[in-house]
Amino acid sequence: MANVISDETIEYVGILAKLELSEEDKENAKKDMADMLDYIDKMGELDTDGVEPMSHIFPVRNVMRDDVVTNGDGSADTLKNAPESNDEAFIVPKTVD
Amino acid sequence: MSLLDLTATQLAKAIKEGRTTAVEAMQAVIEQIENKDKELNCYVTFDKEAALEAARKAQEAIEAGTLTGPLAGVPVAVKDNMCTKDVLTTCSSRILGNFVPTYSAEAVIKLEEAGAVIIGKTNMDEFAMGSTTETSAYGVTKNPWNTAHVPGGSSGGSAAAVAADECFFALGSDTGGSIRQPASYCGVVGMKPTYGTVSRYGLIAYGSSLDQIGPLCKDVTDCAVIMETIASHDLKDSTSIERHDTDFTKALVDDVKGMKIGIPSTYFGEGLDSQVRKTILDAVEVLKSKGAVVEEFDLDLVDYAIPAYYTIASAEASSNLERFDGVKYGYRAKDYEGLHDMYKKTRSEGFGPEVKRRIMLGSFVLSSGYYDAYYLKALKVKALIKKAFDQAFAAYDVIIAPAAPTTAPVLGSSLSDPIKMYLGDIYTISLNLAGLPGISIPCGFDSKGLPVGMQIIGDCFKEHNIIRAAYAYEQARGAFPKPDGKKEAH
Repeated sequence: MANVISDETIEYVGILAKLELSEEDKENAKKDMADMLDYIDKMGELDTDGVEPMSHIFPVRNVMRDDVVTNGDGSADTLKNAPESNDEAFIVPKTVD
Repeated sequence: MSLLDLTATQLAKAIKEGRTTAVEAMQAVIEQIENKDKELNCYVTFDKEAALEAARKAQEAIEAGTLTGPLAGVPVAVKDNMCTKDVLTTCSSRILGNFVPTYSAEAVIKLEEAGAVIIGKTNMDEFAMGSTTETSAYGVTKNPWNTAHVPGGSSGGSAAAVAADECFFALGSDTGGSIRQPASYCGVVGMKPTYGTVSRYGLIAYGSSLDQIGPLCKDVTDCAVIMETIASHDLKDSTSIERHDTDFTKALVDDVKGMKIGIPSTYFGEGLDSQVRKTILDAVEVLKSKGAVVEEFDLDLVDYAIPAYYTIASAEASSNLERFDGVKYGYRAKDYEGLHDMYKKTRSEGFGPEVKRRIMLGSFVLSSGYYDAYYLKALKVKALIKKAFDQAFAAYDVIIAPAAPTTAPVLGSSLSDPIKMYLGDIYTISLNLAGLPGISIPCGFDSKGLPVGMQIIGDCFKEHNIIRAAYAYEQARGAFPKPDGKKEAH
């Protein structure tokens, strides 16, 4: 069945993905996503009842270790990459009034 | 004979024996880059003086006897999604156009410990999302065999750099075929190890459950040596596996007598170029003549691998790429009103179309109401694919398949139809879903003179079988030609 992506859906996806979409972007995204979902829907042909979803290939467990600093204080170097910073912090637009 | 004709292993030996130096090797590579890279564009970042200085230091350490590793003095290129301390790491994206990591990826550190000297960073599809290296924000890379064609992707810069002798070997990463497919298109050897074998620490994540770093190189011996070097158990990567069988060079044995090889008929059917099919089946005959037992069988579910892959990879990408928000590093939009507007404008201006497409798809399949139908369904399909491979490997030591359905496509012919491009990953993608190791080794050409890669697939942790089969084939094949017609030293 052909998927149709509504304006509301693409608006919502834009919010989830934190992307600003122009009207043209939205129209393209609607078509791209519908095509892709039509294709992905092929998975529906497979009977997966009773199949356990596999998120990891191998059994994984939490890996615990003591919280010991081994790489020193890299804050000054780290801040060098910031678009905007002062001596000790990243600077972002005001978030609370 | 030029220094560039040596493999990485041969070069390391020549440096060790004092027949050449790390500096001469780097100079040879630099000359090649200066001659060729304007046209090919394999490198995103290349600092000639820094590379020469690093080579000088390595040579001093070699002469002082403090640098004795298996790759001492050998120039290496690193895909630009691996962090390199103090060296620009862009992921071929505008959003990381000014990012200078404060640490190096674990795989890069392992190479440096073994003495390899970094030349620069290679071009790739933006965030490794693509199959042609055309989604890079820093221009396309061209195929050294024919510059009207793509080198493949996403590790296209690494594969092309090896093929064009702009390095002695390179690191790539493989999420759905991104090492094996460009290796096939560029006529070089490329290997994706078992998931968890090489640390992902410092690899900028795309699909974390699928990503794995591996070598692109000139021959199977180099592949084994590099694999031995970069495999490690790393506490900084929670999915890193402790293995005691990473002595991959032990598998360099020219003997496949009795080796059971499965040929999945579903991988040789509709959609596969007839010349690619013939070239690979001829290579299989070579292994058969050396005593391997070859049998056709049915490997199911091939048609479901791409849908499951794009669901899982996009979902993981949408989560992994949330960190690029213009706060801590990388690009920040100039004009915005408030924090959320800054996030949105930064990301919209910083990411290219293919990355946005996958982030949106990933956000959608993870969103409430669709999670079960898409994401969870894909994880169940993944379980079935893994089971199909488990059954196959109960009967066979290795499976042989094409690395890609065609040889390298013409530049500009892929991006307009994403699903068609995704279909090019059909033979490589299942391995990432099932965590399996695989190698692509050049085995011939099509009528256009473009190389064809044979993919040899092993069960998890069975790289030894793959390397042995690939090595035995390579011994029979002999030297593989180079793009400019020179014969490779062997």
